[in-house]
Amino acid sequence: MRNLLSLKKYFVRYKTKLLWGIVFILLSNAGTVYIPLLMGQAINELLIEISSERLLQYAALIIVISLISGVFRFLIRQTIIVVSREIEYDLRYDFWGHIQKLPLRFFQNNSTGSIMAHATNDINAVRSFLGPAVMYSMDTGIRLIIVVAIMISINLSLTFYSLLPLPLLSIVVYKIGKMIHEKYTLIQEKFADLTTKAQETFSGIRVIKSYVREEKEKQNWMLLSREYLKRNMNMVKIQAFIHPVLFMITGLSVIIVIWLGGSKVIGGELMLGDIASFIIYLGILIWPMIAFGWVINIVQQAEASMKRLNKILHEPYEIDDSELTDHSIKNIKGSIEFRNVSFRYGEVFPYVLKNINLNIPEGTTLAIMGYTGNGKTTIINLIPRFYDVTDGELLIDGIDVRQIPIEILRKNIGLVHQEAFLFSDTVLNNISYGLRNGNKEKVFEAVKIAQFEEDVKSFPKGYETMVGERGITFSGGQKQRAALARALAIDPKILILDDSFSAIDTHTEEEILMNLKQFMRDRTSIIISHRISTVKDADKIIVISEGMIAEEGTHEELVAKGGIYADLHYKQLLEKELEELN
Amino acid sequence: MASDYRSEEEVLGKAYDAKLMRRLLKYVNPYKKYVFFAIFLNIIVAALGPVRPYLTKVAIDDYIVNSNYNGLLIISVLLFGSLLLQAVIQYLLTYFTQYLGQKTLYDLRLQIFEHVQKLALRFFDRTPIGRIVTRTTNDVESLGELFSSGIVMVFSDIFIIIWILVFMFLMDWQLSLVTLSVLPILIYGTFLFRRKVRESYRDVRLHLARLNSYMQEHVTGMNVVQTFGKEDVELKRFASINSDYRAANIKSIFYYAIFYPAVEFLSSIAIGLVIWYGGGQVIQNAVTLGVLFAFIQYIEMFFRPIRDLSEKYNIMQTSMASSERIFKLLDDKTFIRNPDLPIRLSDVKGEIEFKNVWFAYNDGEFVLRDISFKINPGETIAIVGHTGAGKSSIINILTRFYDIQKGAILLDGKDIRTLDKRDLRKHISTVLQDVFLFSGTIKTNIGMEDESISDEEIIKAAEYVGANKFIDNLPEKYYEEVKERGATLSVGQKQLISFARALAFQPKILILDEATSSIDTESEILIQKAIEKLLVGRTAIVIAHRLSTIQNASKIIVLHKGEIREIGNHQELLAKRGIYYKLYQLQYKDQEIARAV
Repeated sequence: MRNLLSLKKYFVRYKTKLLWGIVFILLSNAGTVYIPLLMGQAINELLIEISSERLLQYAALIIVISLISGVFRFLIRQTIIVVSREIEYDLRYDFWGHIQKLPLRFFQNNSTGSIMAHATNDINAVRSFLGPAVMYSMDTGIRLIIVVAIMISINLSLTFYSLLPLPLLSIVVYKIGKMIHEKYTLIQEKFADLTTKAQETFSGIRVIKSYVREEKEKQNWMLLSREYLKRNMNMVKIQAFIHPVLFMITGLSVIIVIWLGGSKVIGGELMLGDIASFIIYLGILIWPMIAFGWVINIVQQAEASMKRLNKILHEPYEIDDSELTDHSIKNIKGSIEFRNVSFRYGEVFPYVLKNINLNIPEGTTLAIMGYTGNGKTTIINLIPRFYDVTDGELLIDGIDVRQIPIEILRKNIGLVHQEAFLFSDTVLNNISYGLRNGNKEKVFEAVKIAQFEEDVKSFPKGYETMVGERGITFSGGQKQRAALARALAIDPKILILDDSFSAIDTHTEEEILMNLKQFMRDRTSIIISHRISTVKDADKIIVISEGMIAEEGTHEELVAKGGIYADLHYKQLLEKELEELN
Repeated sequence: MASDYRSEEEVLGKAYDAKLMRRLLKYVNPYKKYVFFAIFLNIIVAALGPVRPYLTKVAIDDYIVNSNYNGLLIISVLLFGSLLLQAVIQYLLTYFTQYLGQKTLYDLRLQIFEHVQKLALRFFDRTPIGRIVTRTTNDVESLGELFSSGIVMVFSDIFIIIWILVFMFLMDWQLSLVTLSVLPILIYGTFLFRRKVRESYRDVRLHLARLNSYMQEHVTGMNVVQTFGKEDVELKRFASINSDYRAANIKSIFYYAIFYPAVEFLSSIAIGLVIWYGGGQVIQNAVTLGVLFAFIQYIEMFFRPIRDLSEKYNIMQTSMASSERIFKLLDDKTFIRNPDLPIRLSDVKGEIEFKNVWFAYNDGEFVLRDISFKINPGETIAIVGHTGAGKSSIINILTRFYDIQKGAILLDGKDIRTLDKRDLRKHISTVLQDVFLFSGTIKTNIGMEDESISDEEIIKAAEYVGANKFIDNLPEKYYEEVKERGATLSVGQKQLISFARALAFQPKILILDEATSSIDTESEILIQKAIEKLLVGRTAIVIAHRLSTIQNASKIIVLHKGEIREIGNHQELLAKRGIYYKLYQLQYKDQEIARAV
């Protein structure tokens, strides 16, 4: 229960509604419990002497009380269950608010799938506890007490014997519920295996066909499928017990009432109407007994889910404004300096950047080249503080980045990621994503620079066209140009392009670079690329190799040097020749 | 995976489609006898519940009122007996129908798997793997309820209602009519409620899908959100989607909040009627007290089967939607056809000839144009070319992963389209760039679980290509488990395994697509040696990235933009100073320098 205690603050938030809920539970139960009593009385009077007016009174009373109690029953759901949905909302809201502030590291260590599982399954499990479990345990608890009290007042020994089988009901439901949960987990595991197998087979279909392995794969699939069938049947074996066991136990109680109660009626101890009351009361008690066992299972599952949720909710932000932050900084100019910067992803990992020293004066362009996996993206991820340096210092305008408020820092950096990610929203909303005031002029300007204008015009609804699965699918080049426009639109002091032209043809790239020259005149920019054509005009080019700066200089200097850069330059010339060859 | 939360799976159509249903029922056909038996049991077990209130009536009217202890005891024993019998039959029935359902799903799952495996690569090119997986697993699963409870249990609900009516009318038809006067309202109300709940449930699911796809998308694009500092704005958007979901849920709570008390109210009216009208009859001695008792119990009994029946509608609806998707997949007939009278290949010499071959993946866009060449048995030819020259297409058409549009490919002088597909592939081993390892052990990945390949042959193959060195260093050696497609093995090791795999099948013809990715020098030397050994004594086509392989080839074919532009050996082609010369400088010259160093 320790983890579920963290839900206390939510309960407090809705305490008035919850208290009303409890009041409604009391009131509705008062009515529900009164009806069997009335019926018993009516039957008892029938045995002696009763007028038809009096019968009509009884009937009317039963109907009216049921109506009133029904109204309260309606109100219970409208308070307690509604509150559970409200708390679910709050919990998910807090969860999301927290997730959004977590560092990149968190998203690299946790797959989207597992984060989604927490946001859906775990929150759902907690919700089941909040709503149905809380409602049923209070409702049935109260009902149990009142009903048993009334039954005792009618006849003590009959109450005792007829209720004897009922606790069994709670135990059985709890045990079976637990077993089913376990068996179900086993089934889910096998189902995951089936999915993995299908995934594997269909992905490796070429190899399977090459080695004529279809028959064998079918056999493997059959084996898995058979095991899955077996596990399902294992659960069915237990699940099939629930229904028969439930009516066996409840039926037994009713038989006890008829047999024992009947004997007492013959012996004159009881009246026939009392038996009717008893039978109906037993009917009322069955559900509380079942619910008890059921609720315990829900609580256990919710506790486990809450534990997982708490783990995420206690995940530290790592990168955030701190006491180091100088809130008087309202703007940045854009000069960047790396001083002896080293970086690794964690203490057990090797350094991916070693002693980087780099000065990028305001308004200049730096280009970074190097092979994949040598640390290029890591360098630029340090600038908007997606990671903090391990050793050394990263200065912007001569100030340590950790002193600059994150919002100010990121607001001034236009970063175009390697993978151009667009949201499934309209073209306009995607490009104006970073804008706070929604100045459309900026968007149109950026779209022009990014050579995206013709594309937008060709879309069925222009800027209002939806992107993604519910709209049109962008080509790789279109995505990159849209992402570029999005970064340009915020009018950044620092523009960072992380291999952002890889899917754009060289001709268009040249045009974009031409446009950018004007745009970048008073901005600092960093361009990562594999193409010489992209970087050759930069003020300075560095070549990163194994986390260190291997070469540094202008295009001409580096070509003359005859190193890695010169080699790449030569090969790309050759490639161009080959491509142009018909 | 994003589409898992998306609309395609959410679309619900009609609840009944005769054509789909007939096709679905075919899957139950093999188990027809069992289905009929289950229905028969259902009729019996349906009577055992309703018989008890009747027995109660007998107990009251004949024994309690007449002070007959023994009779009361007999009735109690009968009651218990009926209870016990019902429990046992019910258990068997549940087990039985579930087994029926699971077995049907098993058959279906197998059929889909088998079908998909037979489909041509063209199908896999245009269909996302995730979607095929969903069809074989989740969609099949959602038919479960239809096959298990759906078909058989409908009878159970109907027969329970019939039996209750039979008993009630047998006891007192007038009182029955009075009591049952609330029934039309109950049935109407239940179905109305179901419809409302279904609508609101659809609403809930729609908003849940939105919520999930928002989260899915924004978790994936979190770096964009953070880059632009949009956390606050996004939180507001999230809040609005989240609150739509809450509103949809609260709306559905409303229907439940109305329905359950309403049902209780209806049953109170029925009870009121029994007491007022039935009580009046008791006074006039037209009806016994026991009948009143029984009727009160029947009232409670009526609701469950009616509610269950209305729920069956949902089961039908999801089943129809899933089965439609499954059948669409099963109706896809993108096969590479085996000839009707295939020529069986027993002994292969290994002569390959391409005769004016034209090939396009998409109509009209030819990626290979007029390709002609001949490889003599035992010869190695190297195919080189820049990206997009059509090198891998040559591999694809040789083993009939795709069929060519024009021309012919001959193996030992026979058109490959006249040969048995399996024979063709058995005699040609292909080693692809991306080594695909299956979950299993090193051993099963080399021998591919082919019974005709012995353990000795597997070890011999591994030794021959030099893979034994690292395998012997693994804790479990050949029985080391391969996890996550070989994530724990290096690129070089995986390649060596795939070489051993190709070799274990002792093919006459080998197709090798050399990997370009750079690996450490040590494994590079191992791999070079292995390739040399692989090529000895068999016909081979190599898409070459290694200078050593090219130099050892009898012939080099230079492909450029889908056409053969140059043919010759290394020295001849270099002397030409054409495409090969450029490719050499781009890709192979460094290797020569490296080797010299």
